[in-house]
Amino acid sequence: MSTSIGKRELNDAARDLLTRTQRGRADFEDLVVVPIFAVIAALILGALIMLATGVDLATIGKSFVALAVGSVGSLNAISETLTAAIPLVLAGLGLGLGFRAGLFNIGAEGQLLMGGTAAAIFAFSFPGLPFPLLMLLSLVAGAVVGAFYASIAGILKATTGAHEVISTIMLNLTSYQILNYLLRQPYIQKEGRADPISKSVPDAGQLPLLLDWVDPNLRLHAGLFLMLIAVAFVWWLLFRSKAGFAFRASGANPDAARYAGMKSGFVIVSAMATAGALAGLAGAAQVQGVLERASPGFSAGIGFDAIALALLGRSHPVGILFAGLLFGGLEAGGRQMQVDAGVSIDLIGIIQALIIVFIAAPLLVRAIFPWGFRKDAKGGSA
Amino acid sequence: MDVELRGITKRFGPVTANDNVNLTIRGGEVLGLLGENGAGKSTMMNILSGLYSPDAGEILIDGKPVVFEGPGDGIEAGIGMVHQHFMLVPVFTVAENVVLGVEPTGNLGYLDIKKARHDVEEISTKYGLRVPADELIENLPVGIQQRVEILKVLFREADVLILDEPTAVLTPQEVEEFFGIVRSLKEAGKAIVFITHKLHEILEISDRISVLRQGRITGEGDPKTLDEEKLAEMMVGRHVSFTVEKAPAKPGKPMLELSNLVMLDDNDDFVLDHVTFTVPSGEVVGIAGVQGNGQTELVEAITGLARIASGKIIFDGTDITHASVRERHRMGMAHIPEDRHRSGMIAKFTIAENMVLNSYYDEEYARGLSIDWKHVAETAAVFCVDFDVRTPSVFLPAGNLSGGNQQKMVVARELERETKLVVASQPTRGLDVGSIEYIHKRLIESRDEGDGVLIVSSELDEIMGLSDRILVMFEGRIVGEFDNTGGKADRNAVGLAMAGASEGAAA
Repeated sequence: MSTSIGKRELNDAARDLLTRTQRGRADFEDLVVVPIFAVIAALILGALIMLATGVDLATIGKSFVALAVGSVGSLNAISETLTAAIPLVLAGLGLGLGFRAGLFNIGAEGQLLMGGTAAAIFAFSFPGLPFPLLMLLSLVAGAVVGAFYASIAGILKATTGAHEVISTIMLNLTSYQILNYLLRQPYIQKEGRADPISKSVPDAGQLPLLLDWVDPNLRLHAGLFLMLIAVAFVWWLLFRSKAGFAFRASGANPDAARYAGMKSGFVIVSAMATAGALAGLAGAAQVQGVLERASPGFSAGIGFDAIALALLGRSHPVGILFAGLLFGGLEAGGRQMQVDAGVSIDLIGIIQALIIVFIAAPLLVRAIFPWGFRKDAKGGSA
Repeated sequence: MDVELRGITKRFGPVTANDNVNLTIRGGEVLGLLGENGAGKSTMMNILSGLYSPDAGEILIDGKPVVFEGPGDGIEAGIGMVHQHFMLVPVFTVAENVVLGVEPTGNLGYLDIKKARHDVEEISTKYGLRVPADELIENLPVGIQQRVEILKVLFREADVLILDEPTAVLTPQEVEEFFGIVRSLKEAGKAIVFITHKLHEILEISDRISVLRQGRITGEGDPKTLDEEKLAEMMVGRHVSFTVEKAPAKPGKPMLELSNLVMLDDNDDFVLDHVTFTVPSGEVVGIAGVQGNGQTELVEAITGLARIASGKIIFDGTDITHASVRERHRMGMAHIPEDRHRSGMIAKFTIAENMVLNSYYDEEYARGLSIDWKHVAETAAVFCVDFDVRTPSVFLPAGNLSGGNQQKMVVARELERETKLVVASQPTRGLDVGSIEYIHKRLIESRDEGDGVLIVSSELDEIMGLSDRILVMFEGRIVGEFDNTGGKADRNAVGLAMAGASEGAAA
């Protein structure tokens, strides 16, 4: 019989192999320098677009000042940035996890809508439950329903091979109509309203505000902790857990995963379900922390922005956190921009899109900012 | 055209891929460039074709120094590279592929496909490279595809042709034809660089041989005065044994028993046609056969990757016909897969991660729901040392390793456990002599420790050298069985059985 591992000793030759190779400069460039330059390039291009549409230079300057002030310039600005980042990061984590497992899940928007609605319904259905319990259980309801909704696409792929891009897009469209229908049901619809809108989440079901002791208008809520816990959890799941190893292996090389005895069906369904749970949590956090009720389109495209976010964060939990803060800042700052300088908020959408374009094209960024990169990184690592 | 490399040095981080290399390539001559996987052959040729720029040294063409700025400059200067992995568009015709990038265009820039076809036919007749100009690439055998690759560089008027392991993908008959082409190119005055690690080929075709080891030229010579042993020594740096040293087998109890395995393809034709045989403990059973006669499917059936239509598989006394891949693995079945890149490893993952690819869940490495990565890394380091996987760290991506080291990593992962049966499919394909010798030694060690060993290989030499018993597969059936104790099996008879000629007679 062949020798077992336990008997062998870790001698010096083996110990040498345990030296951590230093993170190469190429990695640093890829993960840090490219995104920073991408943001700068997008802002410059945004300014040029404003110029082209007849905005004068003074206003452009004013709008960028407003962008900075509105995102990080005051306590209120920071609170708004973080509040906007919470659902983006939660949903983005789910998508990033899916990407790692080789699943291109476009369905965060639908999962988020279903999760958020479930959280609202659960919360007003049990108004008798005390504070932390109702809040937590409502979050759980959101996560469970989001997971269930996403696993429909997972099961379809695992059993019939239906491509998840198609099925999740269809499930998004389906979710809009389900929501429309549900919100008109007498049990769910707010009393005395003709439009589709749900009853309100009772106080005990809401994520408490964190800064209302400073100023009752500050909207930052306890979803912040949920977001940070989720970042840590997804990091552990992907890089430390058995399931995450199978996820990553299946994403990187499905043939090798099959050879290694990993069950592709299990990976697909469980990765989709986890992603859906996180998107559902994003919806629940939005409903329980900000909106207090579900209404049609309350997701406001968060599920789609989260795709960009996951790509920007390179499907890494920490990267997604930073990307989420950036997008949150752009959103909060964009509102200020509109107020102070009268520039359309659509410009922020353009800047976000440009950032993604530049991130997706590292060679372009290298060509625009040649001094930021080592000379002989010819061809890049892409 | 003559090309000279003078003092070429190229480093990648801490690794010196080429160290002060001098090389001369002359028109009308075949230069054989020999070296192990990772010796720096490809780096050197990429410098020559302009893909990399050297850190030191210079390139001279006909005595004049040149500087290549990018990948296009090499071919511009008349140096063309034929890559080991073809770069052809499968849905384009031969002519379209040849002219791709330098298309002849008429007025208004439309593609003059008639001229393209004419040009391609002209060149192909000139050098005796027969190709069907209007056939789609995907319909052509590999040997013809390779001719198209060569035509591509000739079309771009290359005078120096670099052929990177051109025979790796060819059948023996195709190799003969290919050598004919190389000779006619030589007669036409082209300079040829023939890169390989196959010793007999380089001796047959080269006019001059240079041997590269660890980035340095370690030997040069005339093929008439050299032999395989000397070359191998120059290449590996020590004496290499070509024969597998082993004692006679001591077969024990049956380890793997297959009875009447049947597998069907989509058209309900037999892929495996009632395959029955036994692999006992302590014996190496070799499956010989021309590729595509059911060997791949046989291995998939044994290892649980594919379901069989009927039949029975017994492993160490247990019926595993319906057991999963993981169950079979846990019971002590090691599987060295046929294509390490496709399924044996994950190039982006670290060596440590690859070492536990199929055992990460085991209590040895798992702590609850987590994996104990520290323990994994330490184990991987021990395995690497034990199996001579050469790497500076186990935290590097497996894709950074040379082919031989990747395969040693896969073999280490499979054999460094309690095993009872080793299923090795093409265990040494594409490897250099040093790695082959090493892997063969470890497989025989597994046998001597009492494992049943099943080797599937399309290299008859490997089957003859390793096996105690040889089974020949043809069209999904076992058509011959030969006792090979002490290498006594008749090579010709095995070869005939592989061709389906002696069916029934040899068994």
